[in-house]
Amino acid sequence: MPKEPVAVVGIGQTKHVAARHDVSLAGLVREAAVAALQDAGLTWADIDAVVIGKAPDFFEGVMMPELYLADALGAVGKPMLRVHTAGSVGGSTALVAANLVAARVHRTVLTLAFEKQSESNAMWGLSLPIPFQQPLLAGAGGFFAPHVRAYMRRTGAPDTVGSLVAYKDRRNALKNPYAHIHDADITLEKVQAAPMLWDPIRYSETCPSSDGACAMILTDRAGAARSPHPPAWVHGGAMRSEPTLFAGKDFVSPQAGKDCAADVYRQAGISDPRREIDAVEMYVPFSWYEPMWLENLGFAGEGEGWKLTEAGATELDGDLPVNPSGGVLSTNPIGASGMIRFAEAALQVRGRAGEHQVDGARRALGHAYGGGAQFFSMWLVGAEPPTG
Amino acid sequence: MPDILSAPLVVEFPFTRSLGPVQSAFLTGLRERTVLGVRTGDGKVLVPPVEYDPVTAEEIQDLVEVAATGTVTTWAWNPHPRRDQPLDTPFAWVLVRLDGADTALLHVLDAPGPDAVHTGMRVRVRWAGTRTGAITDIACFEPYEGEPGGSAPHDGEFADPVTGIVTPARLDYTYSPGRAQSAYLEALAGRRVVGERCPSCLKVYVPPRGACPTCGVATDERVEVGPRGTVTTFCVVNIKAKNLDIEVPYVYAHIALDGADLALHARIGGIPYDQVRMGLRVEPVWSEGNRHPDHYRPTGEPDADYDAYKELV
Repeated sequence: MPKEPVAVVGIGQTKHVAARHDVSLAGLVREAAVAALQDAGLTWADIDAVVIGKAPDFFEGVMMPELYLADALGAVGKPMLRVHTAGSVGGSTALVAANLVAARVHRTVLTLAFEKQSESNAMWGLSLPIPFQQPLLAGAGGFFAPHVRAYMRRTGAPDTVGSLVAYKDRRNALKNPYAHIHDADITLEKVQAAPMLWDPIRYSETCPSSDGACAMILTDRAGAARSPHPPAWVHGGAMRSEPTLFAGKDFVSPQAGKDCAADVYRQAGISDPRREIDAVEMYVPFSWYEPMWLENLGFAGEGEGWKLTEAGATELDGDLPVNPSGGVLSTNPIGASGMIRFAEAALQVRGRAGEHQVDGARRALGHAYGGGAQFFSMWLVGAEPPTG
Repeated sequence: MPDILSAPLVVEFPFTRSLGPVQSAFLTGLRERTVLGVRTGDGKVLVPPVEYDPVTAEEIQDLVEVAATGTVTTWAWNPHPRRDQPLDTPFAWVLVRLDGADTALLHVLDAPGPDAVHTGMRVRVRWAGTRTGAITDIACFEPYEGEPGGSAPHDGEFADPVTGIVTPARLDYTYSPGRAQSAYLEALAGRRVVGERCPSCLKVYVPPRGACPTCGVATDERVEVGPRGTVTTFCVVNIKAKNLDIEVPYVYAHIALDGADLALHARIGGIPYDQVRMGLRVEPVWSEGNRHPDHYRPTGEPDADYDAYKELV
């Protein structure tokens, strides 16, 4: 028996900001869930199961969110479960939910991811004082900056490419009412004038710390037929993992990322991603990860990713728009960031992305990674139902 | 076989919580000696209150003031109170259904012994002397023989409401790095760097983990590596990290020690930060009282050729 086609019929986000002091965690997730239900024209009674994801426990000190949030997410009498894969969690949470529909376990599933970075300190959460070990000497940016330098050495990319990405994403964010960073006075000069925090990464090329939540309603063919707005259809989805550190690990272009993308393209029947995909929402927490992931995801040959960025191909009006929403560089509630990528990809093919809509987007890729480039999750969504 | 090391690991953080309207009213109420519940769609009064109806999932904000007296619905005796528990003398954990409420609140009962506690016994709140808007504003419950109290609607409005609280969390672990790491640390004490080779892929892991993450087999062949190595990549850190007494800017580098198959991370010193480069040859600098090298410095050798280390970047 073939899989049930999976449709995204509801999407909801909070307005992402530095701190939401006015709501509890329950109130925050509720906002996103209610917005997704309204988008889908459904009520709590229409939901068969709830699948949630959040950042690692120490990031906000909530160890059992599925327990605490059951009331707020209408989970009484329904299965509820939690997914946990570090920064990629929003993506893998959506894929677990999609698989429940594809396998005909449930017909309509609410999936949601969130984080209130303001209630904790992610850097503290990442640097517990493990006895006998040397403390991490450099912070999150310091973990990734050497890999950016390795990319530049490997490809000969000019050192201006990173600032082009940040300038583009921050301008795109101005067209997205839900984005955290809205810097109306952004200029390329301003991006380039920002201090180097972890040279070669500038302050202006790092992601913010945000409070926010994102929710989606996934359903089957019958559910999609009742949807008041065009659905997005899941054409492929995959996850891959590898150890955080091992001899031979390629931090610049991890094998798990390549394998994950290849699996998604195979499912979706994509042979030339550059030509066949109309928009990409990729997880770019530091600007240089755009050219790096362009290569890892097969949009450019090895050493060629930065050329797409430099030529403007990834701009909103380019031939391969990347992060029309403004991306992680403009909005980063870590636990939700992956799901926001998946949801924004779906908004594009539904034609419901508003001012940051890519004209005529028919197929879009959502991408997330996490855990020191250890976990990858991706989905490809389309405006048409999958064939065959 | 070296001794397996072990040390305490304390994970402690003062998480903050924004309360939202219902929890804000509940905790501010406690500060004002008022216990609030919330009425659900089917007319039940929940204490403590919640923001969303557990049955219908609808938002609920219909607050009700309940009595500070109630009935024990079940209990368990705690003969050995721990740090940060509400009482430092033996007490009973109790679920108390306050008069006017339909659900029970978890708290503690001050009683001389388990024989003085029974399900169905009547109790009342003993308020804390200093109240801040926290569940500990109820110091505990105590036996009570008076009349039951009643309930009444409440608008939840108070002057100077509590909108957020700090919830300190603390976890006490005993951490053991295991056999391989203990052997590595013992060698470091003698200023030698000793890794382990995988019997299957022959890669040398430093620090060793006791197993190869790629092949999934145990590693036990010890291999001394270094002390010299090559900077494979690096960044220049320009922001001062909390709890780190290092002047910025400094260089944080990945260093492949000679004979190792993956890089470790360390600081580079003994050279201006803007002269550090990929391929720089370095050696450890040890300092008294430190288990790990303080930093690495240039050896003065010619730089390594990129092709010689590019697989380790």
